[in-house]
This record gives sequence, C-alpha cells and structure tokens, in this order.
Amino acid sequence: MTSALNTTPNTNGEIKISTEERIKIRDIEIVDVIVMVGSAVSALALSYFFFQILLPVSGALGFLVCWYIFFNIISTVAVWELRGAVKAKDHLARIFIWTGGMAAVIPLILVLAYVIGKGYHSLRPQFFTQDQKFVGALSESTEGGGAHAIVGTLEQVGIASLISVPLGITTAVYLNEVKGRLTKPLRMIIDAMSAVPSIVAGLFIYAAWILALGNQQTGLAGSLALAVLFLPTVTRTSEVVLRLVPGGLREASLALGGTEWRTTSRVVLPTAKSGLVTAVILGVARVIGETAPLILTVGGAFVMNANPLSGKQDALPYFVFRLIRFPQEAQVQRAWTGALVLVILVLVLFVIARAIGGRGPDNISRLKKRRLKRKGLA
Amino acid sequence: MSVIGQSTSPDLAGDSSPEHVVDPVVRRSGVDRIFRGVASGSGILTFILMGLIGGFLLLKGYDALKVAGWGFLTDSEWAPDQGGKFGIAAILPFTVQIAVVALFIAVPVALSTALFITEYAPRKLRRVLTAMIDLLAAVPSLIYGLWGLFYLQPRLITLSKWMADHMGWVPFFHVDDQYGTSLGIFPSSTFVSGVIVSLMVIPICTAVMREVFSQAPPGEREGAMALGGTRWGVVRDVILPFGRGGIIGGSMLGLGRALGETIAVTLIISPAFTAKWSILDQGSNSIAALIALKFSESSTFGISALMAAGLALFIITLLVNAAASTVVSKSRSGASTEI
Repeated sequence: MTSALNTTPNTNGEIKISTEERIKIRDIEIVDVIVMVGSAVSALALSYFFFQILLPVSGALGFLVCWYIFFNIISTVAVWELRGAVKAKDHLARIFIWTGGMAAVIPLILVLAYVIGKGYHSLRPQFFTQDQKFVGALSESTEGGGAHAIVGTLEQVGIASLISVPLGITTAVYLNEVKGRLTKPLRMIIDAMSAVPSIVAGLFIYAAWILALGNQQTGLAGSLALAVLFLPTVTRTSEVVLRLVPGGLREASLALGGTEWRTTSRVVLPTAKSGLVTAVILGVARVIGETAPLILTVGGAFVMNANPLSGKQDALPYFVFRLIRFPQEAQVQRAWTGALVLVILVLVLFVIARAIGGRGPDNISRLKKRRLKRKGLA
Repeated sequence: MSVIGQSTSPDLAGDSSPEHVVDPVVRRSGVDRIFRGVASGSGILTFILMGLIGGFLLLKGYDALKVAGWGFLTDSEWAPDQGGKFGIAAILPFTVQIAVVALFIAVPVALSTALFITEYAPRKLRRVLTAMIDLLAAVPSLIYGLWGLFYLQPRLITLSKWMADHMGWVPFFHVDDQYGTSLGIFPSSTFVSGVIVSLMVIPICTAVMREVFSQAPPGEREGAMALGGTRWGVVRDVILPFGRGGIIGGSMLGLGRALGETIAVTLIISPAFTAKWSILDQGSNSIAALIALKFSESSTFGISALMAAGLALFIITLLVNAAASTVVSKSRSGASTEI
C-alpha cells in the first residue's frame, strides 16, 4: 500500500533515465543539515539564556521543553526563509509527528524496565510451582509463589476466549457480510458495549450470576465477566478489519457463483486473517490484565484451585493488586514478582500471536510455501 | 458497500432501478440460510446481553435508588451503610475530569503516532513501532497503575506544582492553599490519574487510527504527491479526511476506556467526596474506583447502592457512545476501498 512513496531510487536502479539526471525524491541536502544543526545549537543557547539566567527556575525537563520550543520556532523560520511557507509547514508537521511517535514509545520502555527492575530479585522457579499455602506475612519474599494465580488467570482467560472469540467474529460477520434490519442498532450497541467499564462487567456478573442465580464466586464467574469485556472488543475490531476487505473481492466471488457462506469463509475471512488475529490480540490484551471485574467475581485465594467451576480462585492481576497494598515489604516484593510474570505472560502471548498471524494477506509462510510446492502450485 | 448487503438493506428496498430487479434472495441455498441464521443469532445474543447488563444493574440497584430518590444525583457523600446519604454529585464530575485529562494527552499523541507509523517512519522503524504500540496495548492497566504510583507520580508532582504556581489563573490549575503550594498536596490528584489513564488510552486510539490510515487509497496519495504536495499536504488532504472515522472511532474507544478505567485510578487516588474545579491537588474519585474500593466492605444495601452507581456509569458510557457512533457511522472509512 505504502510502497509507492517509499521506493528509493537505488532499489529500482535498473530503470535509467538517459537524457537527464534523475530527480531524487528523498534527498537530504547539505543546507538542510546546516539548518537543523544550526537551529539546534541556537535553540540550546537561547534556552540556556532564558531558562538559566532570566527565569528563576531550573530542572532538566523544563530545559528540554524550552529547547524543544525554541528549536521548532528557529528551524521553522529558517526553512520558511529558505524554502517558503509550504515547506515550513511540512517541516513543522514533521517535527510534531516525530515527537508524537517517540512520546508513545518512551513510556512503554520505562514501564517495562521498571517492572523488570522491581520484580526480578525474587523471581525464582518456585514462583511457578508453589502457591501461598505456607507463606506467612513475615516470610521472605522468595518463599512461596503465584502458581495458583497463574493457573487461575490462564483458565479464566481461556474460557472467556472460548466464549467470546467465535461469538464476536460471527457478530462481526453479521454486521459486515450478512447485514439486515439489525445492523445499525447492533453496531450502536456494540460501540456502546465496547465502553462498558470493566468494573460494570464485574458488577453485572455479580448481580446476575452470583446474587440472582445463587452461584458462588468461582473462576467461571470471573471468565464470564471477562467474556463480557472481550466480546465487544473482538466484534468491533473484527468489523473494522472486515470492512476493509475490498468489495471487489466479494463481488468476484459472488459473480463466480459462490454462495454467501463460501464468499465469507473462503474469501473475506482469509483476506482479513491477520487483522482478525490482531483483533483477538487486542481483546486478550484487554482482558488478561483486567483486575476490576475479578475483584467482584473470583473471590481470591492463597492456595491452588485448578477447578474453575467450584471454589474461590485467584488470578494473577488480582494477586498483584492485593499484595501491593500490604504493609510488609516481602508481600509488596511478591506483588512486583507477580507483575513481572504478568508482563512476561503478555509478552509471550504477544510474540506467539504475531508469529501466527501478524503478517499481511499476501505474505505466505515458509511452511505453507513448502506445502504449496508439494502440490505443484508455487 | 458490498453487494451482499445491498440486496437486503431496507434503504434500498424501494429502489426500483433496473440493476436491482433480480433479487438474490431467491437463489439463497440452505447452507446460506443457516449461515445467516447463525450470524443473526449471535447479533441478537449481543442485544440480549446488553439488555441484561442494564436490567440486572437496575434490578439490584433499585433498593438503593428507592431510598435515595433524586438525592442520588444531588448528594455528594457516600454513606449508604451508615444510614447516611449517598449520591454521585461529586464522583461523577471527578470521573469526567479524569477522562478529559486523559484524552487531552492521548488523542494528539495517538494521532501523531499513527501518522508517524503510516507516513513518516522509515520502513524498518515502522515495523518496530507497530509492534511496540501493539505491545503498549497489551500491557495490563494494573501494570500502568503500579508504574504510575511508584515511578511517575513522584516525578509528575513537580510538574503539577509548576503548573499550579505559574498557570494558577486557569481555573482547573488553581490550587487554593493558604500555606502556599508545597509538593505534599499534589499526589493522588485528578491530574496524575488522568496522565496514567492516558497511557492506557494511547495504544487503543493509535491501533484504530493506524489501521485506518494505512488503508488510505494509494491512488489519491500518489496523486497528491505527483501534484507537488509535500508530505504534510498528503497527510492533511488525503490521509486525515480519509481517516476521519478512524480518528473519531479511536478517540471514542479511548473515552470509553478512560471513563471506566478502574484499577489504575483506584491505586492512584485518595477518595474525595466534594466536587471541585481544580485537577492538580490531592483528592479525586471515579465511579469505577468507588465500586472497587467499597465493594468488599459493603453490606447488601451498600452493594445495592454500588449497583446503582454502576448503573449510572453504564448509562453515561452508553450515552457518550451512542452520540459518538452516530458521528462515526456517517464516515465509515474503507467503505469506498474497491479494486
């Protein structure tokens, strides 16, 4: 899609324009470099003057902000003088968009680094094999583990996915492929449901499943609450993905005599596969760390309970949330270890999901290529 | 618009132009009828589920609402178990304030990140960044809450103090403290919560916007370039108009997330029950955090009151999204992508 703009001259060097010299689309001239460096240096000097001498304040962050503003002004004015208003606007927009792109990534690095730094001290193998049965409030932070919480989380998220992924994708197919009288109101309901706060989902399951139907707080109750959150996320994002499948493909399939079911199952869904996987990732991402609905539904436990159908169960986020508020240093440390494991769990899931389906529709995996070769198709 | 949809959508039913004389419904096979039935069934199930959520919250919250009456909307304290008054008059404004602060930060950052990934970043950097934003979305809100509480808050309050000292003329930043502003009054504020919540909103917004921007028609994009447009010109005149639905949709998802964000806010705030304009000083609240904090210590009646609060939050998010989705449905991006 974006390839047309990024084709650099050297990648298709075999095309030769004989009469005149090629025009380079993306060319950095020496003047541009001088303008940038000059602006940076003069902004540095100016912000030093204003920030350190004129204003009675100090601090690295303030200085950086000051420098950033001055750099923008100076370099934009310089480009304006050299290249005119259109180029200057382009330049300014470029700086802002680069800054924004970086601004979204920096917190991620900080968060991950902080959690790893806090949690790795007491991460031992037994964290994955033991529960908190023999752990007292004053035990060392390396004693005991969160196996009960990890098992709980995996079961709860697994059951929630089993309920929500098929239902969500089918609903998305209804919205985008089948369509009918319900399409418009259903779309609004899904939009609204996607904003159902996680705690409200927990309250709903508490009111309906536990209070009204008389069930206990179990892992299953937690899964149901997670499924309520999972469903709209999957549906919404799947629908966006399905909508982007070109209508021409559907028309071609129908024109060849394909039924609606065949068109959907053989043309639309495979085309949207990678997007659908992303949709599921976003859904899992939202539910795996959800703590709020679990506070109301799973009950929390300090010992292993692998049965989601009966008895209170723990979940990793809930485990972390409870322990971090303890006054004992060891418990807080255990919470950080749990947080690290949660992050690792998310990372592993993330990598797996990307490896399965993070590619575009035209990208054929090595395995599939071999299979196609065997059939003599490629 | 797909061909499948046109045959049955009600707005085209009265269309008597020659192209629509052949009605595909006649040729629908048994498999297709099952397929449509299953798909419609799951749609209807979603309707029922949504109705059940509202219904059960109303059912269980009714006891409390009956006692509180209109006071539920006008009282600001929360003491249902002590036989006192309870209402959302203070908690609701706090909830909205936190969400607004979060969106103020998240939407510009998400927009520029999405544009950066689709338009500006070099090819290699683009792939790395896409993965990182997806990862940012995958990090649980609890983790952000912990990071915010232990790492960001001690650093952020210096900024809070700076804003209170130098921008106090803005009503939101005005801090009323007769002893002068000291750092001690700035933690656990609406502002800090909003900043943390914005971290959770950014990836959601970015993911939606990026998805839409990357689908902008290449023909128009190249056309704009060929006419001598700068990169910003292409963004302004092709990408942004094309992706308007995605921008609104992404922000909307973000707003929904921000209004209902529970755990991070619960960890950060120290509960306050008096509404105020100032967002910088200590004390804030949100309906979701209130439920999480009070749930374990509430009696049956207290839980009924929390159900009523949950119902209020539910209705608010419902209204916000109903309004937003009417805007979005008018600019369904990608509907015109044809080959």
